[in-house]
Amino acid sequence: MTNTAQKRMVQFRIYRYDPDQDAKPYMQDISVELESTERKLLDAIVKLKVQDDSISFRRSCREGVCGSDAMNINGKNGLACLTEIDTLKQPIVLRPLPGLPVIRDLIVDMTQFFKQYHSIKPYLINHDHPPERERLQSPEEREELNGLYECILCACCSTACPSFWWNPDKFVGPAGLLAAYRFIADTRDQATNERLDNLEDPYRLFRCHTIMNCVDACPKGLNPTKAIGKIKEIMVRRMV
Amino acid sequence: MVSRIVVGARYGLRDWLAQRVTAVVMAVYTLILAGALLSGPSLSQDAWRSLMSGGFMRFASFLFIGCLCYHAWVGVRDIWMDYIKPTGIRLTLHVLTLLMLVGCAGWAIQILWRL
Repeated sequence: MTNTAQKRMVQFRIYRYDPDQDAKPYMQDISVELESTERKLLDAIVKLKVQDDSISFRRSCREGVCGSDAMNINGKNGLACLTEIDTLKQPIVLRPLPGLPVIRDLIVDMTQFFKQYHSIKPYLINHDHPPERERLQSPEEREELNGLYECILCACCSTACPSFWWNPDKFVGPAGLLAAYRFIADTRDQATNERLDNLEDPYRLFRCHTIMNCVDACPKGLNPTKAIGKIKEIMVRRMV
Repeated sequence: MVSRIVVGARYGLRDWLAQRVTAVVMAVYTLILAGALLSGPSLSQDAWRSLMSGGFMRFASFLFIGCLCYHAWVGVRDIWMDYIKPTGIRLTLHVLTLLMLVGCAGWAIQILWRL
């Protein structure tokens, strides 16, 4: 605890675009003084908003659970609330998530992302009568869902994926495919065949070229590439 | 016409798997060829000709050419699918790629048969 009492200035370059006023986007240089207790990037952005209330961004839980404050931080997608300011090179360059239409400043239109997520039917499909209590799984079966259910749909992975940039309308994207495998792997789900049919397409699943930007970008440390590999493995098992 | 997004062409898995299988065949062929060249006499035209005209090498080289073309077809088509959006241009590029690869395969096989 050496510099607990010290304040510090932090430099930012922020992507600004208000479609009602600006003909095109521009980068704004701005700095903010932070207390030593303000350690996360979100703290700084909230303070920036006090200085200049026209800066727009999304945020909610401020603890890496809601996924609202995903943005491109010094060229890499991440959550502002989980990013330590002192680990970042200054000026800290903030841009909206790449590949999605910008609504304003750091706020993007996530419609395409959620359309793809909905397309994999992200819910349990089971046509049996619901049991009196719950549908049970063995500990091993439940173990299979670890690393899959934790996704918070922040879109850091999908918007870091070149395949999603080129074909956001057809390629499901890493977040959607991770969710797809979450239900394929779930022993309580009865729609495995339909789910596999839905993905067996040159675009929806097979646009993934194992670039692994998704793994690099995921702020929750999940591995969509591995999940995609497992879907392919199951498809091969089904075919041969 | 309403431009709806259509997916579901069903050849994704087949081509993905074929690309991997053809890659393995090509890798094995490369090892066999490298082994034969390194263990054989110095590289003269006669040595090359006798190596490539043997029954096994003809069989292996034919497989290699077929695999190379299929592998290249999936790879190049992937590039067109990623970057070329208008269906007409993409179809034209697909056809040109196919014709090019079939032509090259025919030419390579003809050279092999002539040995």
